[in-house]
Amino acid sequence: MLEMLTALFLLIGAAFALIGSVGLARLPDLFMRLHGPTKATTLGIGGILIASILHFSDQGQGVSLHEILITLFVFTTAPISAYLVARTGLHLDARNGDNVD
Amino acid sequence: MKRWLPQPLTSGCLWLVWLLLAQSLTPGHLLLGGLLALVLPLFTVRFWPDRPRVRRPLLLLPYLAVLLWDITLANLVAARLILGPARRLRPAFIRLPLDLRSELAIVLLTHTISLTPGTVAAHLSPDQRVLLIHALDVDDEAALIARIKQRYEQPLKEIFAC
Repeated sequence: MLEMLTALFLLIGAAFALIGSVGLARLPDLFMRLHGPTKATTLGIGGILIASILHFSDQGQGVSLHEILITLFVFTTAPISAYLVARTGLHLDARNGDNVD
Repeated sequence: MKRWLPQPLTSGCLWLVWLLLAQSLTPGHLLLGGLLALVLPLFTVRFWPDRPRVRRPLLLLPYLAVLLWDITLANLVAARLILGPARRLRPAFIRLPLDLRSELAIVLLTHTISLTPGTVAAHLSPDQRVLLIHALDVDDEAALIARIKQRYEQPLKEIFAC
C-alpha cells in the first residue's frame, strides 16, 4: 500500500517535472519559458520529495524530515533565479532598442 | 536582550533548520543548534539595513497554507497552458503598484508571485514602488492586479505592519 502511494507521488512528481521541461523547450520567448521551470517544477520536486518522505520514513529509522528543508530551499531559490534571468532578459531587450519598461 | 538576541525570529528559524538537518532531538544537537542560532545572527545582523519587524508572525501560517494550495493549482494551470497551443497564449508585462514598504515583505510577495499561477516577478523599480510582472496568459489585467493585491499583498501588509 505504502509502496503504491510512493510510486504514485513519484509519478506525479516526474510528470510535472517533465511538463516543466517541455515548457522550457517549446514556449516561444525567454519570459514565457521562465514559467515552466519556476512553477511546474515546484510541484514536480514536491511530489518526488513526498515520495521520498514516505519511503525513507518506512525504513525503521524514524520519520525522514530532510525533505522539508529541501522544499524550503527550492521554494526560496527558484523565484530568485527566475527574477535574475528575467531582469537580464529585460536588460538585453532594452539594449536591442526593444524597450519594454 | 536586544544586544545578545538581535533577531529572535531568525534565531528560531536557524535552530529549527539545524534540528531538521541533524534530524534528532538529542540534548547535544539541541545545545549545538541553540548555540549556532545565538551566534550566527550576531555576525549577520549588520547585513540587514532595516531590521524587518514582524508584527503578527502567526498570520504567516494561514498565508503559507493559502500559498501551498495556490502553488498546487498554479502547477495545474501552468501545465495546461504549456501543453496547450502556444499561439493562444496572451503573454504580457504588468505593472503592480506596491503598497508594501518593508523590504522583507516585498521579497515575500515577489516569491509568492513567481510561484503562483502564470506570473513571474521580473523587475522591481529602484524606488521599490512598482513591481514589473510577466504573465503567461492575461485575460483581464485589472482583475489580475486586484487578485494579487487582495490575496497576497493584504495579508503580508497585516503581518509586517507596513
